[in-house]
Amino acid sequence: MATTNSPTTTGPLAQPGRLPQPSAFLDVRDLRVHFPTDDGVVKAVDGVSFTLERGRTLGIVGESGSGKSVTSLGILGLHRRGHTRISGEVWLDGEELVSAPPERVRRLRGRKMAMIFQDPLTAMHPYFTVGAQIVEAYRVHHRVSRAVARRRAVDLLGRVGIPQPARRVDDHPHQFSGGMRQRAMIAMALANDPDLLIADEPTTALDVTVQAQILDLIRDLQDEYRSAVLIITHDLGVVAELADDILVMYAGRCVEEGSAQTLFRRPEHPYTWGLLGSMPRVDRAARDRLVPIKGSPPSLINLPTGCAFHPRCPHQGRDGIPCRTEVPDLAQGSDHGVACHLPPTERRRTFAEDIAPAL
Amino acid sequence: MTHYIIRRVLTSAVLMIIISMVTFGVFFMVPKLAGTNPAELYVGKQATPADVAATARKLGLDQPVTVQYARFAKGLVAGRDLDDGPNRTHCAAPCFGYSFRNDRPVWPLLLDRLPVTVSLAVGAAVLWLAGGVLAGVVSALRRGGPLDRTMMVLALAGVSLPVYFTGLLAQLVFVHTLHWLPGGEYVNLADDPAGWAAKLLLGWVTLALLYAAAYARLTRAQMLETVGEDYIRTARAKGLRERTVIGKHVMRSVLTPLVTIFGLDIGGLLGGAILTESVFGLPGIGRLSIDAVNTKDLPVVLGVTLFGALFIVLANFIVDLLYAVIDPRVRLG
Ligand SMILES: Nc1ncnc2c1ncn2[C@@H]1O[C@H](COP(=O)(O)OP(=O)(O)OP(=O)(O)O)[C@@H](O)[C@H]1O
Ligand code: SF4
Ligand SMILES: [Mg+2]
Repeated sequence: MATTNSPTTTGPLAQPGRLPQPSAFLDVRDLRVHFPTDDGVVKAVDGVSFTLERGRTLGIVGESGSGKSVTSLGILGLHRRGHTRISGEVWLDGEELVSAPPERVRRLRGRKMAMIFQDPLTAMHPYFTVGAQIVEAYRVHHRVSRAVARRRAVDLLGRVGIPQPARRVDDHPHQFSGGMRQRAMIAMALANDPDLLIADEPTTALDVTVQAQILDLIRDLQDEYRSAVLIITHDLGVVAELADDILVMYAGRCVEEGSAQTLFRRPEHPYTWGLLGSMPRVDRAARDRLVPIKGSPPSLINLPTGCAFHPRCPHQGRDGIPCRTEVPDLAQGSDHGVACHLPPTERRRTFAEDIAPAL
Repeated sequence: MTHYIIRRVLTSAVLMIIISMVTFGVFFMVPKLAGTNPAELYVGKQATPADVAATARKLGLDQPVTVQYARFAKGLVAGRDLDDGPNRTHCAAPCFGYSFRNDRPVWPLLLDRLPVTVSLAVGAAVLWLAGGVLAGVVSALRRGGPLDRTMMVLALAGVSLPVYFTGLLAQLVFVHTLHWLPGGEYVNLADDPAGWAAKLLLGWVTLALLYAAAYARLTRAQMLETVGEDYIRTARAKGLRERTVIGKHVMRSVLTPLVTIFGLDIGGLLGGAILTESVFGLPGIGRLSIDAVNTKDLPVVLGVTLFGALFIVLANFIVDLLYAVIDPRVRLG
């Protein structure tokens, strides 16, 4: 994964040596999503860039409110026009979406890119049957009869592991259990064999066993279709299961990114360390599990000066490092991008000596 | 579903019985509290006390309230004879009582007036549904814009202006000044459809304005709430056209509360729109009741009240059934 993220430039095209049209399947460049509100402009996403290839899985992690869902809705073009200011570029299979006509993006939605939403109870229409909702998803993009689409719906429900799909297809969402609803939601997203599948917290509302089943399902489906998967979560355990690459978001920006291996073995950003420390693990005794990161996420209207993480960072201000005054760039190492003022050697040493033993 | 229906039927029946008891009780008490003997009302002003007592006995008005109610209830179900004297009158089921002033049982009086009231209610309902829902949808889609604001001010005005004001004003302008509409008597739909519509038009519009305002506000509020729902975002994420998202997914959710309110409103109106009928000289059930009050024709007032209550209970019943069809969660949840 190659990531460029420099919040100070005006756009990727301004950077020398960058091709206007990318080769990657999904290439998000300096995406910014701002919401003007009565209290001020909420900078929910403020300069995020990443790429994702077919057959690969990218995990976006971060605490609640870090801008993960806003990023994914931005890719799908689902933000309400007039209430949202979006800039940057989203290239999907050689086509730029931010500047594309809404009608064009609509045609891609559900067919080329599809989304599994956070809460399947509220994300499915309560008054339509599960089958009708899948049939509809299929028929927007395929000129087929209801009967054909219905067979497709039954087939999909069976594929995602719903028992007796021919009968359950006529149930309403409230007649499904939480896990079944999530499966139905996945079936709906898969209706048109999308090339890009975005899963926003696909397992949050589910218990651990069902969580594992759903993650297995997503992995199997990806192997089968070789689609690109973007998985969004605040749970590092989920990305550990699924992701090839990981992008860590804080306050609307990317603070660290790299391959999953790198991020789990050699994380360098203090925020990522915090996330790792708060990650529940089976091999850890219950009492010293979850050590939440101190403090709470900042206001997205008035970000802290300098590094947005500095009010919560135990390492800020060491040896006259300008944490409070200068915004750290996402500096690229060989396989790894980190936005932190601490010198790389110091970060690695701190992790190895102070952080890793406690994890 | 069968269970649900049976339960609703029973509840409605019990409700109707209770309402009839309470209403009957009230009508039994009122003359007593006012210090009048109801029999006096029937015989007229120049009657001797003996005449009054005789009438009271003849009508059973000297009996205890329970006996009188039992007789009334029996009349409703099976009909009854009102007079055991030589000119004995039969009041066929459903006997809502006997109007001595009109010398007829109450039920046919009601039936005579019902077509007018139904014409008024149905015509107005069509108008307000179409107008109110459309205005609400447009307002919600243009939220905060000049159209939305104008519409909501109009809606507020519509809700707060009394019918006798808008009605009389319309009557004055269109009938008496401009002479665009006829001022004469009500005519039946079957006899003269154009004349029927012309006579009802102002009533429809006035009544519709009143309700349309409320429907516009309800539709708008409901739409704005629904548009923010997760499942609407899902609908868009599927790649549905905006038309389908609004017209199918949003409207489906807006429909549910509208059906409820609509059923109850229609039920209420079928019991008679007193003000509208009076203002526009429409001889409906509302008019019948106001005339009955003015002439102290107690049996008719009682009959109209029960009849109106019947429609409200019936409307509630139908709304409950519809709700089970419309909201799948009702039956099984
Ligand atoms: N339409 C909007 N108008 C104003 N602010 C918004 C809007 N949508 C999102 N936000 C704000 O943007 C921020 C990021 O929201 P987002 O939903 O992306 O968080 P998230 O990372 O997905 O968190 P979670 O884990 O809770 O889902 C939040 O502070 C949210 O309040
Ligand atoms: S830049 Fe400073 S405050 Fe920000 S993460 Fe690095 S050490 Fe902490
Ligand atoms: Mg989210």
